[in-house]
Amino acid sequence: MVFFSYLFSGISLGSVYAIIALGYTMVYGIAKMLNFAHGDIIMVGGYICYCSMSYLGLPVLLSVLLSMAVCTVLGVVIEGLAYKPLRQASSLAVLITAIGVSYFLQNAAQLIWGVTPKIFTSVASFPMPGDLNSLGLSSEAVVTIASCLIIMVALTLFVNKTKMGKAMRACSEDKGAAQLMGINVNKTISLTFAIGSALAAVAGVLLCSNYNTLIPTTGSMPGIKAFTAAVFGGIGSIPGAFLGGLLLGIIESMAKAYISTQLANAIVFAVLIVVLLVKPTGLLGKAVPEKV
Amino acid sequence: MKKTLALMLALAMVFALAACGGNSAPAASEAPAEEAPAADAPAAEAPAAGEASGTFKIGGIGPMTGDAAQYGIAAMGGAQIAVDEINALGGPVQFEFQAEDDQAVADNAVNAYNTLKDWGMQIMVGAVTTGSCVAVASEAYTDRIFSLTPSASSTDVTAGKDNMFQMCFTDPNQGKAGAEYITSNFPEAKIAVIYRSDDAYSVGIRDAFADQVKDSIVYEGTFTVDTQTDFSVQVAAAQAAGADVVYLPIYYQPATVILTQAKSIGYAPTFVGVDGMDGILDQEGFDASLAEGVLVMSPFSASSTDDLTVSFVNKFQEAHGQLPNQFAADGYDCVYAIYNAIQAAGVTADMSNAEICDALVAAFTADDFSYSGLTGEGMTWSTVGEVTKLPMAFVITDGVYVKP
Repeated sequence: MVFFSYLFSGISLGSVYAIIALGYTMVYGIAKMLNFAHGDIIMVGGYICYCSMSYLGLPVLLSVLLSMAVCTVLGVVIEGLAYKPLRQASSLAVLITAIGVSYFLQNAAQLIWGVTPKIFTSVASFPMPGDLNSLGLSSEAVVTIASCLIIMVALTLFVNKTKMGKAMRACSEDKGAAQLMGINVNKTISLTFAIGSALAAVAGVLLCSNYNTLIPTTGSMPGIKAFTAAVFGGIGSIPGAFLGGLLLGIIESMAKAYISTQLANAIVFAVLIVVLLVKPTGLLGKAVPEKV
Repeated sequence: MKKTLALMLALAMVFALAACGGNSAPAASEAPAEEAPAADAPAAEAPAAGEASGTFKIGGIGPMTGDAAQYGIAAMGGAQIAVDEINALGGPVQFEFQAEDDQAVADNAVNAYNTLKDWGMQIMVGAVTTGSCVAVASEAYTDRIFSLTPSASSTDVTAGKDNMFQMCFTDPNQGKAGAEYITSNFPEAKIAVIYRSDDAYSVGIRDAFADQVKDSIVYEGTFTVDTQTDFSVQVAAAQAAGADVVYLPIYYQPATVILTQAKSIGYAPTFVGVDGMDGILDQEGFDASLAEGVLVMSPFSASSTDDLTVSFVNKFQEAHGQLPNQFAADGYDCVYAIYNAIQAAGVTADMSNAEICDALVAAFTADDFSYSGLTGEGMTWSTVGEVTKLPMAFVITDGVYVKP
């Protein structure tokens, strides 16, 4: 019985990682850059949703949509201001810029919303059948997994079936050639950021629903874990992000429960290293060779 | 591809480590420094021999931004109120107070200390958090600047430094007091402890606590700064172990998550918090019913009705728009204890830092010196720098602290 409760907390944790990892992997797959500010866009998404619910008194669904809209704009603006000018620069320069953007967002949030933690009321709270609840499977986790699956399927369909998706895949394979074929590379990358940031807003709302407290650094650690999850599952691969996130959460929980709470993170990263040694492209990196 | 990925992973690790510092905010914030009107006045107008006089420069160090900002803002705000009160008295002893931000990071604390030293600091109130305080205490020891920390509670803070004093309990004393309270009030309790293994404060309390009640502990869970968003495993394990008292020697923020997750799986033991738990009720949007019945071992309660507390609470609320917590009271008490000691020792502001320091050390450790303030009656200090006062336990009932 206790085992299942550990398993479910692992799944809950993993589903949060997975939904964040989807955004990482999407941007990486197409723009070939690690957007380290992703975790902080999540935090902004959480704050916007919080403000719109507590200060404006808007209903949950509207708050989530507002938060998605704000994050989409934010993502596109960041891309345009910080990353676009560096399109021809080395990937390291872009990476450092992303870290800078991440700190900028955290500090801006600190100035705007202060450092006192805000308590986020769960948007996905509904009564669960008693047995499941006492096993630690919360309604938030169920909603997170469901949203994660829906987003994963929708993204896969979008990338594989639509014209914009085709453009994205083309950019991912060869930006130069894609441009020669008449694809607007800048527009495609902006679109990728828009989608990625909208996903980040959803992830932020779900993250905060799961863990309730909201501070300016809320997004940074889950962001890093989710990045790890994306690499674990094979960065660039959409199902890989989902699988990687879930596995990472489960490994973390099991390590905490049965080995040592202190060593949990070390074990997670040790598993990551072993996986990357055996399969350098990550779990599903090979199975889906085209990047997104 | 593999190489870039490896490189990026390495960078991610570096980034992760940077994030682990708990400091992600290099934002400069203006410390609430207030110019005392007597700043440029001569040190003393008519100093009688042996009578304390002059304008003393007190420097404060604490986190005004960053994760622990709540503590620094409170402690420095409390100190500022005491300074304003003393200056308003218009006596021969006046204070000039300047607080610097350290974001609860040791390196920044040393920088803040140097800034204050350049400003002419004669006496230090700080640092607020343990790690920072250990770093600045050795500087203050070398420079012979008398220091009284409102809230840095580790024994490392005072160890080997005769001029470093504490206003709060030491961690071991707090752990012992918690253990005594639990054994006398819950004699048959099975205890679970959840503590933060990378934090000296948390480990210090836990060690002394576990020493006292070793046999009653059925589960111990840890976390680090990286894993403080999810406690579902620890909470489930404590429940599985049958613990009916959960001791939380941690700060209020992770405690909030623990309370939430325990509630979500229907686990309702008695939670016992330490002074770091203070502040839990001030979080915006906090559902006070989560903390219902939580025991907090804190030396101060804003709901006390004595005159001193009421007047302090009003002044603090006016200045900061929220109820003061224990840290604010500690900061306030620090300034008054220093004020009393200055008068007892007859220190004048034109003395050198080393002279002031020696005189105050002698005053604080003198047999007949005791101080009664917001956080306790008849506090005395040992030569080690530890304070002796009685702990108080409060039960959170309907969102306020109530004496059980």
